[in-house]
Amino acid sequence: MVMTPEVLTLSQTPWLFTGVMLVKIAVAFVVTLLIVAYATWAERKIIGRMQTRMGPTMTGPKGLLQPIADGLKLFFKEDIIPAQAHYFAFILAPMMILAPAFISIAVIPFGGNIHFTYDGTLYAVPMQITDLNIGVLFIMAMAGLGVYGIVLAGLASNSKYALLGGIRATAQMISYELAVGLSIIAIFMLSETLSLRGIVAAQQLPLWGIESLSFIPNWYVFCQPLAFGLFVVGSMAEINRTPFDLPEAETELVSGFCTEYSAMKYALFFMAEYANMITVSAVATTLFLGGWGGPFFGWMNFLIKVFGFMFFFIRIRATFPRLRYDQLMFLGWKIMLPLALANVVLSGIAILLW
Amino acid sequence: MEAILFYLTATVAILSAFFVTKCRNPVNSALNLVTTFLCLAVFYVMLESPFMAAIQIMVYAGAIMVLIVFVIMLLNLGLTVKTRYSHGLATSGFLSALVLLITTYMVRAGEATGIGGDVTSEVISSYGHTELIGKAMFVDFLLPFEIASILLLVAIVGAVILSKREV
Repeated sequence: MVMTPEVLTLSQTPWLFTGVMLVKIAVAFVVTLLIVAYATWAERKIIGRMQTRMGPTMTGPKGLLQPIADGLKLFFKEDIIPAQAHYFAFILAPMMILAPAFISIAVIPFGGNIHFTYDGTLYAVPMQITDLNIGVLFIMAMAGLGVYGIVLAGLASNSKYALLGGIRATAQMISYELAVGLSIIAIFMLSETLSLRGIVAAQQLPLWGIESLSFIPNWYVFCQPLAFGLFVVGSMAEINRTPFDLPEAETELVSGFCTEYSAMKYALFFMAEYANMITVSAVATTLFLGGWGGPFFGWMNFLIKVFGFMFFFIRIRATFPRLRYDQLMFLGWKIMLPLALANVVLSGIAILLW
Repeated sequence: MEAILFYLTATVAILSAFFVTKCRNPVNSALNLVTTFLCLAVFYVMLESPFMAAIQIMVYAGAIMVLIVFVIMLLNLGLTVKTRYSHGLATSGFLSALVLLITTYMVRAGEATGIGGDVTSEVISSYGHTELIGKAMFVDFLLPFEIASILLLVAIVGAVILSKREV
């Protein structure tokens, strides 16, 4: 007998709904934290290999316990707050940078529905914490709020390196946010929805709506290669990864906006960088690579694609030199922004014609 | 439940708005203003306009306030303290109270907002809020929208010309 699954609602089954939500939030949070921890390990290993070094090997088998050791070390270090610092903003900054990075995970769909029976009724639970019908805008808004952490860190530290790093980071993030936002617009025009779940569903159809091509899914990377490139490059700039890591350029600015931070506060900045990397990879997967669609079981596809993106970001870090500041601004405003605008116009014309 | 949330958010919004003017450090004022904007976004969500909430955060908290903080940082006003000044305090207080009263009266009387309009909760839930905004902006009020965008373009060109040494 096939039962049509019911969707959990707060009004009908309040306790079950709350319980399921809490479990989903806990699982997503813990998994993200784990990936953050092991992304640091993977980055050190991969970059080590690319530079013919070994990377961490001493702590645990193949250095696998290194992130935990690092965490413990930073946790027990002395927490120094500079005497001239703006006390409140100095403490607020690491939280302001980490929270938006994690909140964005809330709207990303990890997989299809999970079915389970409770009290004789079959329920379907989507593998997504919540499906906002403005999902992508929510992520853009959270990315915008992430700037505050860096600005406040630069401002509150009362140190010239931190201030310079903060100014650079702010200018860079504001510039590249525009190109990223405009490149996503072309996706909305194709999917006609802002909900990330709807965008993933639209990408499961056969390519370009042609039945004979049904072995290739309709991933937006095939219709919007330019938007995909702009999104990946712009996101890389927005999360301050190499070659766009001018805000924390070690050779000139010590450590940029987090120069004055120590102990767990410094660790929060570090975690935020990797959390942002995960968020960007997850958003790129959802918007351009069909989310959880693919040959394996739902969430596995998703994780494989996310790890692929993260590997790409790590490789880029080991292969490209840092841009100069004027090149960075030139690329953002004079190349990427016009290209993104042109892409929107071209997509509009194409949608009108076909 | 919703009433409790509303009054909590309203308290935070009013308190932070008060501290925007009260704080003597520009950084604190800016942070308080961000809090006010976030509270406004919560109000938009309660009024069934999630699109407006996202735009509120993106544009006001994410762009405009970042620029203001950027300017504070660039001019290194970070730790300087605003001086107290009381010029025209009575007049501005009187004017703002008057504007507040008139606005409240117009909202209550249904003159400024379309309480009797055709956009109800059912319409929002069936069409989607984003679609309604898009229709209003690009179909019903296309001309004002285009005029506003030309105005912005003029402002941008003006800013570029002002900042260039030689045109």
